[in-house]
Amino acid sequence: MKKIINHVDNVVKELLEGVAIAHPALQVNLDPMYIVRRDKKGPKVALISGGGSGHEPMHGGFVGMGMLDGACPGQMFTSPTPDQMYECAKQADSGEGVLFLVKNYTGDILNFDIAVELLHADGIKVQASIIDDDVAVKDSLYTAGRRGVATTVLAEKILGAATEEGYSLDKISQLAKRVANRGRSIGVALSACTVPAAGKPSFELKDNEIEFGVGIHGEPGIERRTFIDGDSMTTEMVSELLDNKPYQRTVHQWDNELGQWNDDTWTSEALESGDKVIVLINNLGSTPQSELYVVYRKVAELLGKQGITIERNLIGTYCTALDMQGVSITLLKVDDEMLSLYDMPVNTPALRWGC
Amino acid sequence: MIVTKNHIVQWLLKAADLFEEQQDFLTDLDREIGDADHGLNMNRGFRKVKDKLPSVADADIGNILKTTGMTLLSSIGGASGPLNSSFFIRGATSVMAKEQLNLEELTQMLQNGLEGIVQRGKAESGDKTMVDTWFGIINSLAKHQQSTMQVALDAALVEANLAMKSTIPMQARKGRASYLGERSIGHQDPGATSAFLLFSALRDSILE
Repeated sequence: MKKIINHVDNVVKELLEGVAIAHPALQVNLDPMYIVRRDKKGPKVALISGGGSGHEPMHGGFVGMGMLDGACPGQMFTSPTPDQMYECAKQADSGEGVLFLVKNYTGDILNFDIAVELLHADGIKVQASIIDDDVAVKDSLYTAGRRGVATTVLAEKILGAATEEGYSLDKISQLAKRVANRGRSIGVALSACTVPAAGKPSFELKDNEIEFGVGIHGEPGIERRTFIDGDSMTTEMVSELLDNKPYQRTVHQWDNELGQWNDDTWTSEALESGDKVIVLINNLGSTPQSELYVVYRKVAELLGKQGITIERNLIGTYCTALDMQGVSITLLKVDDEMLSLYDMPVNTPALRWGC
Repeated sequence: MIVTKNHIVQWLLKAADLFEEQQDFLTDLDREIGDADHGLNMNRGFRKVKDKLPSVADADIGNILKTTGMTLLSSIGGASGPLNSSFFIRGATSVMAKEQLNLEELTQMLQNGLEGIVQRGKAESGDKTMVDTWFGIINSLAKHQQSTMQVALDAALVEANLAMKSTIPMQARKGRASYLGERSIGHQDPGATSAFLLFSALRDSILE
């Protein structure tokens, strides 16, 4: 294995040290690990996300004006711990409360839940909202539910803008639910990633094979399929996204009055002719930009045939699985409010416009 | 026979050694149906516990367990962090201020620990998780309350092994392995395995 690292135990620490030097606008704390904005504005709701490392630029690359107020990186592909989230939230809170944006993985949920309980005990208003957009996972009854993948990037942009606009914690939480119910993603791997500590690829694929419905970690997808060409693969991915029926699941939300978790039922919204979307074509790690455009070309054609209007597109490297070769397609159904929040200025290491 | 505070400290040290020894084995199990880091995470967590133990050497059993839980919470990450942490923090509740435990108190401690795992993770028996192993252990201990410590712990270890192995034919319904659906069948659950290792360290430190 060749990797541009020094010692496997130090990868995350050295990555953060690099971020600190490269981006003086960010305050990088190493123990516990978190990243916050230096130009803390307020009072406003603080938007914080986090998750295992290995998905860069998500989440640390999206800390800054118009997007995240803080990010908590865990070890490679391992959820961060509650002490990180707690300290990060204490730093970022400006009195209007904290929203944690959590990708739906058992580990992330459990750790953020504990952080919510700790902050509540300190009298801080707090909510945790999930993103679970990976349509490869079919049911929530016999699995841990759909995984949170690239819709998270669009959610961080839209919700971050809403915090700058002065939305209350309750209003942002409602918006977060709307984004979660309107985003859908599917991923395909042409080759697996190599976790530094493991030193070998998580799975092996033959030359004519793809792993269909892959997440953003080392685990295989839902099905091994035969690779024909770019258009065939993209067509299969888009039909998986469009065939997707409304998806219902039980989500727990924090009750700040009673200090307890309450169950809520969320149902994803249908995507139909006449709808408007933001399309994210995302590199899972080592796919050339040229190939992403080949995918986008076909996605645009197929959505056009369905009468779905692409309002904005984002094509590049945003939510990765280390060096996995592959691509994910995200469709986020938008309304005017979501679109205008998406268009607002953003200034972060990995996403910047309008400023 | 009575379980002393020293047995508990030895348990945690032995567990730390065992997770270091078995790190690659656990990670390999996790590579099959998860994301290939369970051994790394457990080893990192228990190494921290080992470092922390001297600072609580004078504490009672409850506080030693609580400190262990808090240490694991901030060092393991993933799902294993909160779940193992809940096991120790909840296990500590019934043994606060105690310097020694009889079989009934030891069983109660483990039972509370299991309840902590279930409350946090919402897994049930048969979901292919660490809960399967702990259920097997608690059920066995409950049946052997009139036996000697040695007989009860030996029987529970046999049951723990069976329960761990019983996860092989199961289809995962919780955690990352659940995404694989039927492809999770035929693999031993890494969490059920680390629970077995943790209990075997407890048994060994008390009986040896």
